Amino acid sequence: MGDLILLAISAILVNNILLIQYLGNCPFLGTSKKMDTAVGMAMAVVFVLAMAGIVTWIVFYVVLKPLGLEYIRTLVFIVVIAALVQFVELFLKKSIPTLYAGLGIFLPLITTNCAVFGVCIINIDNEYGFIEMLVSSIAYPLGFGLALVLFAGLRERIIIGRVPTPMQDVAIALVTAGFMSLSFLGFKGMI
Amino acid sequence: MSEVSLAQEFTKGLWKEIPPFRLVLGLCPTLAVTKAFETGFGMGLALTFVLVCSNVLVSAGRKMIPAKVRVPCFIIIIATFVVIVELMMQAYTYPLFLKLGIFIPLIVVNCIVLGRAEAFAYKNGIGASIADGLGMGIGFTIALSVLGSIREIFGAGTFLGKAIFGASFQPFTFMVEAPGAFVCLGLMLGIMNLVGSE
Repeated sequence: MGDLILLAISAILVNNILLIQYLGNCPFLGTSKKMDTAVGMAMAVVFVLAMAGIVTWIVFYVVLKPLGLEYIRTLVFIVVIAALVQFVELFLKKSIPTLYAGLGIFLPLITTNCAVFGVCIINIDNEYGFIEMLVSSIAYPLGFGLALVLFAGLRERIIIGRVPTPMQDVAIALVTAGFMSLSFLGFKGMI
Repeated sequence: MSEVSLAQEFTKGLWKEIPPFRLVLGLCPTLAVTKAFETGFGMGLALTFVLVCSNVLVSAGRKMIPAKVRVPCFIIIIATFVVIVELMMQAYTYPLFLKLGIFIPLIVVNCIVLGRAEAFAYKNGIGASIADGLGMGIGFTIALSVLGSIREIFGAGTFLGKAIFGASFQPFTFMVEAPGAFVCLGLMLGIMNLVGSE
């Protein structure tokens, strides 16, 4: 149990997927201009990643490994994730329209979100068992959401500030992300 | 497609639309593998290969791929080439493969590759698509190499693993840590904007 809590804390803070592992940076910069979109994206990632982690893990250990096909996991995982995203989209549209309205436009973007794909690969590369995989598939996107929402808050402030013209928009956002990353680096001492 | 416009397709990737800066796509590998020149350069080459091959195949099959399912088709084409790169690097450049690690399979979800397939190769002929893929790939390689060199020189005081400063040099380790990547890329982007706007 202690190990699992340690794994969760490490995934959320110490090895934060956005700021320390550099995964999922395109949506990080793309959707962090406004708080609403940041929250929507964060929720969509948590939702899809938890499912994608479970499905890809099962596919890898039940189908690919017994058949000795580990080397095509890249190909298989991306197809599985793409299909899963499509399925989630259809399912939400039919059964939970309110949630669909909130997540709607972010769902298709998730197929090419490296955070989702990356965590699925991390789960396999670190040879996690089922429970560990479950914890990491939930904790990593929570870390993603935390960083994204905090960053959106900062970016809303930056717009008010007077930034030199060449540094506007993405450039200043990256520098800001750098300093956020620096503060997350401080968690390294925790474990 | 005339000679002049082919050259144009090629050179636009080198400066005007140089991928990680102008298009702000494919940031994850840009940040993650630029701890040193070697990894940045290797990543750039791997991406160039995937980009050119997928551009050729998408362009060749653009009449056959139905518009509605084009994105899944692109992804499968790209993933196939990524698997090829993964296996080749594992066989021939194993140390580099270990350094790049997770970021080789992640080329699949690199927005640049999918973006070029969608925005260019699906609409243009094979020749132009090759030029576009090469240009974008080389532009990406240059960007990663430059960023990797800067971070390696200041962060570790080495270039290609050799020490270039005297023994008294105190490495600026901030540059090779995660935050250094963000700050360095942000500042480079600012400089590019400054130069480009004049």
